[in-house]
Amino acid sequence: MTAFARRAWLVLRKDVVSERRSKETLNALVFFALLLLFVFQFSLGDDRDRLAAALPGLLWLGFVLSGILGVSRAFLVERENDCWEGLVLAPGDKSSIYLGKVAGALVLMLLVEGLLLLLFAVFFNVDLGARLPGLAAVLALGTVGFAAVGALFSAMTAHVRARELLFPVLLLPVLVPVLLGGVKATEAVLAGEPLGAVAHWLKLLAAADVIYLTVGVLTFDAVLES
Amino acid sequence: MTAEPLVHVAGLRKAFGGHLVLDDVSLDVQAGEAVALLGPNGAGKTTLLRVLATLTRPSRGVARVAGHDCAREADAVRRRVGLVAHGSWLYEELTALENLAFWAGLAGARPGRDEVLAALAAVELERVAGERVRTFSLGMRRRLSLARLVLARPQVLLLDEPFAGLDQRGGKWLDAHLAAFKGAGGAIVLTTHSFGRGLAVADRIAILSGGRVALDTAVGAMDADDVRRLYALHAEEA
Repeated sequence: MTAFARRAWLVLRKDVVSERRSKETLNALVFFALLLLFVFQFSLGDDRDRLAAALPGLLWLGFVLSGILGVSRAFLVERENDCWEGLVLAPGDKSSIYLGKVAGALVLMLLVEGLLLLLFAVFFNVDLGARLPGLAAVLALGTVGFAAVGALFSAMTAHVRARELLFPVLLLPVLVPVLLGGVKATEAVLAGEPLGAVAHWLKLLAAADVIYLTVGVLTFDAVLES
Repeated sequence: MTAEPLVHVAGLRKAFGGHLVLDDVSLDVQAGEAVALLGPNGAGKTTLLRVLATLTRPSRGVARVAGHDCAREADAVRRRVGLVAHGSWLYEELTALENLAFWAGLAGARPGRDEVLAALAAVELERVAGERVRTFSLGMRRRLSLARLVLARPQVLLLDEPFAGLDQRGGKWLDAHLAAFKGAGGAIVLTTHSFGRGLAVADRIAILSGGRVALDTAVGAMDADDVRRLYALHAEEA
């Protein structure tokens, strides 16, 4: 393993171990996911047509809202005990720390998304079995972009007093390509279309991932030091 | 020809907005030497350490560590300094062992478990190596922070109130560790409000007041009362 990959792995492992032990974020997100489902179920009722039309949007609404809650905390833990200073003073390429943080956010979001999918299938009686591989591909592409830009903005807003307000205000406009591509591709996959039919949306998601990760890697050093 | 000091500060000035914190500060610390920075709160001691650690950029002047400029060659400086500041840099949910291994790994080292345990043993924390930091007392956290330096093996130690929170045994261990560090050719810059502790470690004292070095003198045969008199004279005058 290269020194760069090892540092990213150390940050990822540290975040995963900390979260596994404290369960602070995960518990809040699971509760939040259940709350969302309750609200959706209450508002949509048993109308299958309305459900089919709304499901892709609802799914992504759930992912985005829980993602905002989860990813916004990615760098807050570094403020505790001034660990941020230690990250700044770590010699070498800081983008490895960023990629470790992105990977940590990705793990957390994918866990919550998996749970949300399962709950949606149960609550709304949707058969996801055959659509799962396509859905997983769409979610993975969308979530990478979300985690990439979310981790960067989490670092940017970690020292801001009104970060809870500022984080979504900064994040959501930038996430428009991910939301657009994610909802459209999910809609097609849930309607039973093959992935090839939504290749253009998948390309949009992949392009957004590459752009967000590149911007994050290039700017993280300045964000951390500022 | 004298060797270049490990720490060289000349004409250093640092202002935050319109507030001048360091004003024309000059200080050299040779290899094998320790300098204790004394001064009242707000004198600029911590800011000077932060400039040397590359956490704060100077407004003007020169700050060099092991020949590397703190503003322009931050990465080279960071490979050579070890900082213990007010924050402990500890992750509450990680164990003592995991915390040390994390920071060592992030600095590019690959210490084995035995090496990390030896660092913990040096600060008498080997018994709690597997316990989470959130259960630790203030003194244990301080010792664990200092254990980071045992693993990091820097050339220059920058210590901001290193004795705060340490009990007698912890203080004695730190005295011995710093003496050994100096003996191995390292340089130390520390801040302290404890004249006795500062004297036990330092070869020179520098009294900062109002952002200026009011006095820089060898400790020699001074005792704590001598330092107290000098402090009263210079720290309050400036």
